[in-house]
Amino acid sequence: MDDNLRREVILDNYSNPENKGRVEDKDYIYVNTNNSSCIDNIDLFLDVKDNIIKDIKFDGEACAISTASTSIMTKELIGKTLEEAKKFIENFYNMIEERPYDEDLLNEALAFSEIYKQANRTTCATLPYKGILNAIKKYEEEH
Amino acid sequence: MDFKQDFPMLKKDLIYFDNGATTFKPYSVIKAMDDYYENYSANAHRGDYNISLKVDMAYEGVRDKVKDFINAKKREEIIFTSGATESLNMIARGFFEKYLEAGDEVLITNSEHASNILPWFRLADTNKIKINYINLDDSLHVTVKNVLNSITPNTKVIALAGITNVVGDVRPIKEITKLAHERNIFVVLDGAQTVPHSKTDVQDLDIDFMAFSGHKMCGPTGVGVLYGKEELLEKLDPINYGGGMNESFDDETKVYLKELPQRLEAGTPNIAGVIGLGAAIDYLNKVGMDNIYLKEIELKRYLIEKLSKIKHIDIINPEAESGVLAFNVDGIFSQDVAVFLDKYNICVRAGNHCAKILKKDIGVKNTVRVSLYFYNTKEEIDSLVELLSDKDKILKEMI
Ligand SMILES: Cc1ncc(COP(=O)(O)O)c(C=O)c1O
Repeated sequence: MDDNLRREVILDNYSNPENKGRVEDKDYIYVNTNNSSCIDNIDLFLDVKDNIIKDIKFDGEACAISTASTSIMTKELIGKTLEEAKKFIENFYNMIEERPYDEDLLNEALAFSEIYKQANRTTCATLPYKGILNAIKKYEEEH
Repeated sequence: MDFKQDFPMLKKDLIYFDNGATTFKPYSVIKAMDDYYENYSANAHRGDYNISLKVDMAYEGVRDKVKDFINAKKREEIIFTSGATESLNMIARGFFEKYLEAGDEVLITNSEHASNILPWFRLADTNKIKINYINLDDSLHVTVKNVLNSITPNTKVIALAGITNVVGDVRPIKEITKLAHERNIFVVLDGAQTVPHSKTDVQDLDIDFMAFSGHKMCGPTGVGVLYGKEELLEKLDPINYGGGMNESFDDETKVYLKELPQRLEAGTPNIAGVIGLGAAIDYLNKVGMDNIYLKEIELKRYLIEKLSKIKHIDIINPEAESGVLAFNVDGIFSQDVAVFLDKYNICVRAGNHCAKILKKDIGVKNTVRVSLYFYNTKEEIDSLVELLSDKDKILKEMI
């Protein structure tokens, strides 16, 4: 992805985020995720059935990077098995933390491939992943 | 006046609008601290030799300076601490933990800094006191009427910032103290955002305790002041026990404590910090506290005048008569605005400014905050306004 495309993908997902909303359904796992600089604050709702992520919804107040990252994450993870999802997440962290990663797996999330250059924003990009890992853990503990 | 010559940080290619968080230090402050480390680096209160005596004189000299600066009655009423936070904790734990009983009420507001909330929360836990909140009016101000409405027969303490770091509203402390004292209620002033910005007269305000930090008034980090009326400080128990604060002790664990102020300053103090604070007070006095106040108000009015012309900017607290302005750019998250401005070397704060419970009142959780000090300029404000006026540019460059 070139610079312009990355910017476009992030802004698109920020202005028109996918899977935004709150869920009351008890089948969903709820987690809140926020970063220590106390600004971004996102609620995540995860629905898993038969080891497959059926749905993710999110809500909250967050910056462009966090919001876009969450929107992209939900799109990418819905439909994946938990194992596939974990692999995706690991790959994403590898990219953000400047380790070797598999480009072909990450699709739109590649929009954050240069974010490591802005140290104070990497926590924004990884915020939803931190949250969804917690939600998956919660699910696995309960099942 | 041109302050550029006085501050190393003002010579950098930087526009600094986060003075509520901390302020820049003039050369005179840095020099005074260096001078201590380079030329008379000994401990205080140990005056058996010449340079140690010099330390004592410098350190205790600052106590006199602080006393005059806030017009305390006596030098014993000035206790050096590590900052406003420690001072507020000492007030809550050292004095009120002993004094307050289950069911007693402490009045604060939603816009207090965490440092003036959490020490009281702790007393809610240990002493089973109740914390009540004074309602803020539509412009987020504390009014005397609302204070009166919040007082009950159980109210024992009113603890307020003179000016909040969140929306910059100025509180009518003198009136509040008067009506509080008529009802035997103590008043604790969090002076972190007032002492640096205008003349403070603790006797005129008649407050019982006050806390403030050196680093928000051109002084170094790690030093602050606890002020208390002498008769109250006498009853304030030390939190720290150790060297420098005891007269003697015997092997039956009986300790005889020193008099004020040493009793509340256990251990080797932040000597360089206190000396730096003294130099900061000298500097502020040279500029003049009245000039500082007027300059900030002038800059703030100028900023509001310019920003209010921009359609996509929503100012949260235009009425506040202080150097703090909170606003949002329509549809853009505050942190994104701050990141955008940072690309042009403009430092502003985004977030909820440590007043996490205020969001109920202002309806928005996060704002961009500009907090001015006397060394800011209209030219700097012009640069800020120019960048903020172009929303497309912000959207394009914020990521
Ligand atoms: C109103 C207010 N009170 C207390 C504090 C705490 O000051 P310090 O962190 O220097 O102890 C601050 C600092 O931001 C403040 O703005």
